Amino acid sequence: ETPTTDSRKELPWISVTDIISTVEFNCSGELLATGDKGGRVVIFQREQESKNRLLSRGEYNVYSTFQSHEPEFDYLKSLEIEEKINKIRWLPQQNAAHFLLSANDKTIKLWKISERDKRAEGYNLKDEDGRLRDQFRITTLRVPVLMPMDLMVEASPRRIFANAHTYHINSISVNSDYETYLSADDLRINLWHLEITDRSFNIVDIKPANMEELTEVITAAECHPHQCNVFVYSSSKGTIRLCDTRAAALCDRHSKFFEEPEDPSSRSFFSEIISSISDVKFSHSGRYMMTRDYLSVKVWDLNMENRPVETYQVHEYLRSKLCSLYENDCIFDKFECCWNGSDSAIMTGSYNNFFRMFDRNTRRDITLEASRENSKPRAMLKPRKVCTGGKRKKDEISVDSLDFNKKILHTAWHPKENVIAVAATNNLYIFQDKIN
Amino acid sequence: MFSKGTKRKFSDGGEAISDESLLGARVASSYSLQRQSLLDMSLIKLQLCHMLVEPNLCRSVLIANTVRQIQEEMTHDGSWHMVTEAFCSAGQSPSERLVATEVLCRSREQDAEPKLFSVISYEGCREEEVVADETLCSVSVSNTVSNVCLAGRMGQCWEKSELSGVERDEEVLEDSRLGSGEDEEIATEDGASTESPKTIGQVFGTFEIKNGSPGPDSALEELFSDVDTSYYDLDTMLTGMQSAPKMGPYDLLDSLAPSHSSPSIVSTPNCRSDLNELDHIMEIIVGS
Repeated sequence: ETPTTDSRKELPWISVTDIISTVEFNCSGELLATGDKGGRVVIFQREQESKNRLLSRGEYNVYSTFQSHEPEFDYLKSLEIEEKINKIRWLPQQNAAHFLLSANDKTIKLWKISERDKRAEGYNLKDEDGRLRDQFRITTLRVPVLMPMDLMVEASPRRIFANAHTYHINSISVNSDYETYLSADDLRINLWHLEITDRSFNIVDIKPANMEELTEVITAAECHPHQCNVFVYSSSKGTIRLCDTRAAALCDRHSKFFEEPEDPSSRSFFSEIISSISDVKFSHSGRYMMTRDYLSVKVWDLNMENRPVETYQVHEYLRSKLCSLYENDCIFDKFECCWNGSDSAIMTGSYNNFFRMFDRNTRRDITLEASRENSKPRAMLKPRKVCTGGKRKKDEISVDSLDFNKKILHTAWHPKENVIAVAATNNLYIFQDKIN
Repeated sequence: MFSKGTKRKFSDGGEAISDESLLGARVASSYSLQRQSLLDMSLIKLQLCHMLVEPNLCRSVLIANTVRQIQEEMTHDGSWHMVTEAFCSAGQSPSERLVATEVLCRSREQDAEPKLFSVISYEGCREEEVVADETLCSVSVSNTVSNVCLAGRMGQCWEKSELSGVERDEEVLEDSRLGSGEDEEIATEDGASTESPKTIGQVFGTFEIKNGSPGPDSALEELFSDVDTSYYDLDTMLTGMQSAPKMGPYDLLDSLAPSHSSPSIVSTPNCRSDLNELDHIMEIIVGS
């Protein structure tokens, strides 16, 4: 199943003014949220499928835009706090309004996005402009009537969860109880109640008493999709710890410890860096989890701790270039990964605006490119191939001509359908499956 | 990938050097060259990353671990002395980068003498090697900055300006005055490994406001005693000294956080006025 560009839109991409830093579908897939480096959140909504165009799927249009975070200055440390949105997570929808959590380095905010398409008219005490009516003029009493108006989408901050993180927040995850959520920074993980903003529980703390001994940081964390007492967190040393909040108040002792033994033949000075896990995601089923390190994606069975059950090479051709990538800092890029709705496929990004999809059943993989030049409306995306050595075939790209500034760090997959969102710097691409 | 125009210089001036040792050095020097280059790069990254407004802790930890690995390996195979060979035969390192770090290596304390040269560990260096071979002698004197080696002493730059290495120039060596001279010490192997945790520790800062730093009242300290000040030292480091931040004439330094001396005000760095002065000094020192 090859994703295609959106059928109706002229262009398959949407430009935002700033670099996109996170992408997330909501639970139904109707809404798609992006956060950017400027602290803004842009939400896209899928149009209802039109009856006239049976072969088309709804396209995504801008639904709401708001400024979530502003830059701040920490006076005590003389450091600026970036407004960049690191993560957005949707809450399950419980009423007409939508709720999402957005986090920058230090603060998490709960936003309510609601529609207003009616307006009350016929007030007694004020006229249509809102000015107070002269009391002497009021001679009768009437009941205000709700009149339709142009749809207005409002975003309002309902909760602000602040001052709980000394280090930079890298993950937030909503718990399956829909009452709590966790937030993780480099050294600590906190558990919050969505209603309570003035305190949180610290459930993981790996900060050493002596910072000189610090050799490992938390890189990502996620709640289990079904078991509200279970969560995992990954580290910069390539390990994943599964913790049970029922076991102890402070989950410093893990219930399970996942680590793949290192291959001694491929050991280098960069081994640790490339083993650092940049993202961890549970499968929808809750039976597996996926981790992304610099060169590969691994699928783990939660019942097997000593090695992953599947390993997919994302861009193995970069292994011989690690020193250059270390020099230009690309080796520290944090790629995310995602499952499709049925857990049969996984997707992750790469360089040169390439992204990769792996079918777990057929073991087939494909490399696609998110770029304006190569994406025409209604056209199928052409598979790309990187030439690793020797003669370069036509249409292949050699490793040395890859553009390492064009990196796809954030991708998202619709929870039910074959619709994917790919963030390429400041362009958001939405690709849909062709209906056969 | 590793080299940026670094060339190996080989002088066959016919010195009475042990051929075996030189041959062995050459064989291993390629790997140690690369390793050294990686070490230098890592140290620079660590120093530069502290110049950013918000140091990325994950990145810092990974780089610091890499440095530690390299140091351990070098210590383990006793090749600290190879450092000088590799470094010397590689020729001049890009002085721009290294000068920048040198400037950053100034001490916080006012009374410490500014060190405009870096430090080298001369573990196990044999006299005859250094004396005889001219290529090995191209280390800088204390007042030149063109040849510098940041062999794992970055932490010392920040905490105290103690030298742990030796800098010699050719004339000095030919006079066979190695070993005498100033009060610099040759670091021991043990010193290297035990000091590196401390070195690494400086990367992440300490948590308490240093008692040694001038100024803070005890009451004020008490007030902030439970505040995490892990970035405090980094920031002080970043802006150089507390009163007069001196910065090198490089663009990347322009992005430094505001001067720490006035933490509550977002002040523009007052380094530009010092740039010309520093430039002038550098010119004299480098002798260009």
